[in-house]
Amino acid sequence: MIVFDGVEKRFGDNVVLSDLSFTVAPGEHVTLIGPSGSGKTTILRLLMCLESVTGGTIQVAGKGLSHMEKSGKLVPADEKHSREVRKRIGMVFQQFNLFPNMTVRGNLIEAPTRVLGLSKDEANSRAKELLDLVGLGEKIDEHPSRLSGGQQQRVAIARALAMQPDVLLLDEVTSALDPELVAGVLKLLQDIGESTDITILCVTHEMGFARDFSHRVMMFDGGHVIEDAPPAQLFTEPEHPRTQEFLKAVLAH
Amino acid sequence: MENLGTWVSILNQGLPYTLIATIGGIALTIVLSFAAGLALLAPWRWVRAISRIYVEGLRGTSEVVQLFWIFFALPVLVGFEFIPLWGGIAVLGLNHGAYGAEIVRGAVQSVPRAQYEGALALSLSPAQRMRRVILPQAVAEMIPPFNNLFIQLLKSTSLLSFVFIPEITRQATEVLVPNFNPWVLQIFLLLLLYYLVMSLVITAVMRVLERATAARLGRRVTRGAARALAGTH
Repeated sequence: MIVFDGVEKRFGDNVVLSDLSFTVAPGEHVTLIGPSGSGKTTILRLLMCLESVTGGTIQVAGKGLSHMEKSGKLVPADEKHSREVRKRIGMVFQQFNLFPNMTVRGNLIEAPTRVLGLSKDEANSRAKELLDLVGLGEKIDEHPSRLSGGQQQRVAIARALAMQPDVLLLDEVTSALDPELVAGVLKLLQDIGESTDITILCVTHEMGFARDFSHRVMMFDGGHVIEDAPPAQLFTEPEHPRTQEFLKAVLAH
Repeated sequence: MENLGTWVSILNQGLPYTLIATIGGIALTIVLSFAAGLALLAPWRWVRAISRIYVEGLRGTSEVVQLFWIFFALPVLVGFEFIPLWGGIAVLGLNHGAYGAEIVRGAVQSVPRAQYEGALALSLSPAQRMRRVILPQAVAEMIPPFNNLFIQLLKSTSLLSFVFIPEITRQATEVLVPNFNPWVLQIFLLLLLYYLVMSLVITAVMRVLERATAARLGRRVTRGAARALAGTH
């Protein structure tokens, strides 16, 4: 579903990712862990086209993300091409990024009507369904600013799902929440993971969640994947000393 | 003071000119502010350059000289003469639009980048991102500075008296002062009151807009408005 091939990302002289290659199978849940600045979030941002690669290629469902084929040659993707590929990808952000100029309903129907071309009625019923799923059916006409952080994040999850993505990117989605709200959001994601076949890439510091939720965990350090294993193995018998050290520090509190 | 009625009626003859110049000027200012302000943020260098030349050129030269240009130099140059009031509106709009462009640019840039990223992640096109997500939030930031700008524009309409448009300042200086010379002080006080009342009307309208946009963004009334409310209770 997702193929990174020799990807490099640098900001000026600062190399964040170098020669990074990995694949994610359809329906797979992969969690990226590692210290801050190790490039985990950059991977999600590259997939969402919030950043562009400085080397290598990324493919999603067989289509180039930053490149497209034009008369047999790889050329940088234009806006239209990258929008087409991007449509299949949804993202939930640490800070929710709900649109304050719209109600919850507006947030949920905006892109389905304008990008996917759904009718207002279709988009509305989809919005209702998804809000019921995230447990906020009665908040449909509320303003995002009237909701708690946990509720806002649930709306943001529903908003991403309203686009019926094949790939969902979760970027530290519980980091900005009050501790008591974290469990509810993680439980919701767990349910979504189990009830759909969406491919999910997740950056998190919640190791318990990573263990229960993922099929695979990738440990990042210095822009490289230093360990890539099923959670049962990686959390109990990490091979790489850097992973052992990281897990010990993270699990200590 | 028995002359007050006469003064008011003579000033009122100039009022339509002042009002039309103000409203027309504001309308043109809004259009140019958005056009030039968004152009300042365009991805194409040449678009930004043209807009920058407009902004610096009009902002950095005297409004009175601009008026003289349109009224006295342009006819000589191209043999085309503006209907005076339209020429006045054009200068007021062009000049204040240059200031407004910076207001629009600043307000758009003040919208958090996260909003742009949220919209991008939903695959909204660049135009949709701007129109549906960024601008509605930016407009709330533009209203207080535009209030200032519109009041400036109102006061600038008095410059039109230099080009023989019979607006209220010209009525006062050319009709009232020569005929009621001993009362110069009172005449100009009355004239000041005319401008003050009109500027208060502009502020009132902008306050209503500010409240409406803040409510739309789910913000409580702004601090200033809250204080005003508290005062009335």
